[in-house]
Amino acid sequence: MTTLAEETLAQKAARRRLRLEKLTGIGFATPATLLLVTVCLAPLAVLVLMSFTDYDLGNLDFKFVGLANFTKALHDPVFRRSLWNTLLYVAIVLPLGVGLALLVAILVHGRKRTRGFYEVAYFLPVTSTLIAMATVWTFLLHPKLGPINALLGVVGIAPRAFLSDPSLALPTLAMIGIWHLVGFNMVLFLAGLTAIPKDLYEAAEIDGCANPVDRFLTITWPMLGPTLMFVIVTSSITAFKVFDTVAVMTHGGPMGSSEVLLYSIYLEGFQYFHSAYAAALTVVFLAFILVFSVIQTFTLDRRVHYG
Amino acid sequence: MNTRLDPVRAAGTPAQGAAAARGRAGAAAVVAPRSPLAATLRRVASLVVVHAVLLTGAAFVLLPFLWMLVTSIKPPDEIFTATLRLWPHHFNAVDNYRHALTSAPLLRFALNGLIVCAGILCVQLLTAIPCAYALAKLRFPGRRALFVLTLLALAIPVQVPALPLYIAIAKVGFLNTYLSMMFPFFLSVFAIFLLRQFFKGFPDDIIHAARLDGMGELEIVWRIVTPSAVPAIAAFAVFSFVAHWNDLYWPLIVISDANLAPPPLGMMFFADAETGSNYGALTAAATILTAPLVIAFLVARRQFIAGITMTGVK
Repeated sequence: MTTLAEETLAQKAARRRLRLEKLTGIGFATPATLLLVTVCLAPLAVLVLMSFTDYDLGNLDFKFVGLANFTKALHDPVFRRSLWNTLLYVAIVLPLGVGLALLVAILVHGRKRTRGFYEVAYFLPVTSTLIAMATVWTFLLHPKLGPINALLGVVGIAPRAFLSDPSLALPTLAMIGIWHLVGFNMVLFLAGLTAIPKDLYEAAEIDGCANPVDRFLTITWPMLGPTLMFVIVTSSITAFKVFDTVAVMTHGGPMGSSEVLLYSIYLEGFQYFHSAYAAALTVVFLAFILVFSVIQTFTLDRRVHYG
Repeated sequence: MNTRLDPVRAAGTPAQGAAAARGRAGAAAVVAPRSPLAATLRRVASLVVVHAVLLTGAAFVLLPFLWMLVTSIKPPDEIFTATLRLWPHHFNAVDNYRHALTSAPLLRFALNGLIVCAGILCVQLLTAIPCAYALAKLRFPGRRALFVLTLLALAIPVQVPALPLYIAIAKVGFLNTYLSMMFPFFLSVFAIFLLRQFFKGFPDDIIHAARLDGMGELEIVWRIVTPSAVPAIAAFAVFSFVAHWNDLYWPLIVISDANLAPPPLGMMFFADAETGSNYGALTAAATILTAPLVIAFLVARRQFIAGITMTGVK
């Protein structure tokens, strides 16, 4: 009789604790949830809805126009050019930004006393303010005053107007993108290389896998696979979001040769105030990012180990 | 810590190198045994190649920084004539820096950056820590849904909600305020995600014991669990600070008042105002605005690298 009463008492206490835990959990999550809705989910919903309307900022009313904005984008030479340029930019930055970083990481990984120096040197662009450095790059690339053209002159190459030549502007911006990205990727690769067990290399040695190229192909490359995947995805997203250098150095020019997606969205949405059209372009932008991000989510666990 | 055997590394000490070479010659019996001298030479040669490659790359990476510094102390005539000369004949540092500091409120830009970054970080931590704890340790309805939404939001860069947020902020009349610059970043789903992983590893026994001692959940979060996550919080703080100090896109949209501009936007205003001709002052301004983060990086290298590379979502 008494034990039964004790049991119900204990059950009651447990139930009260559970209820308390529920309330605490909800209470703790509420501020973040409210913010999540206001700064992310609600705007996202509004954005998608807006992309089906003809709303311009300042208009008093709007009507739904179906897919008209997307059809317009499809035939808009500026949008097509900016999407093409963005993909071209990714196509230049991705292989070089990842490949060079891998090369540097493998070489730096073998250093002992000089490792710190190289890490700092290659990582420096990542910490610096890109806009400030873009101004410096503009000067470095100046046709008359810049040391890069002066250097080219010494070896007998005629000076180039890197930023005002339509065929050179985008590749030049891509080079700066690579300059900004290599140190970041190098550090990710270094983390990946450090995680490879050393006995694997010793075992390979005993098995007669003697030269460095063999060892790279049989051990380093496969073991580095997940890191490589992660670096490729993050680099694609970073490159796809190129904006700063375009906004400061070329303003999309010359003759639209460096127009990129985010810059077009910025102009349409925040300079011309074609809100609905900009919303449609943003939806396209988001679709690309999501494709990259779905892959990234699958490699998410890996990310935390870098911390 | 580095005992991997490859020619590059084994060259660290001659004795080690020779031992490795013998080991390799023994293991790969097909290859004719080499004399220790030839092996050493090979090692030295590969070492030279490695350093040549790395130094060339480093020179390319550091060139803009070097040129920024030397140009900022050159007088205008030397900038216009001696384009390849590194060290100036005459120093014009005082003039350049004074011009940069007086014609644009550079220190104000830096202060704006500091205010915005600190404000963002405070709210991010205040909202993310309890939420992360709840997701990691408490059972409550909607927990899974919230976590899934967090993961979803992780994939969405700020450029996506920017347009509706801008329209809302414009309608409320909050453009050109510190609040408008900080608002979209008050929630960091990345902080929630990161800290949740961290808190999950925190022993439940300690939490139970603290509850039995009569501690409230809030006290447990802030006095017991949070202190254990200091390394993760420090790394996140670096990440958040660097990301928002360097962000241009959002401030460019909501700020047109130069007195509120954070460093990147301020630099952009200044570069536009100088119409690109006064490179001495421009590089001086770039130096001033780049210096805080670069110096912080040089002082706390490990924390910086850990913080910035925690995520690819920049």
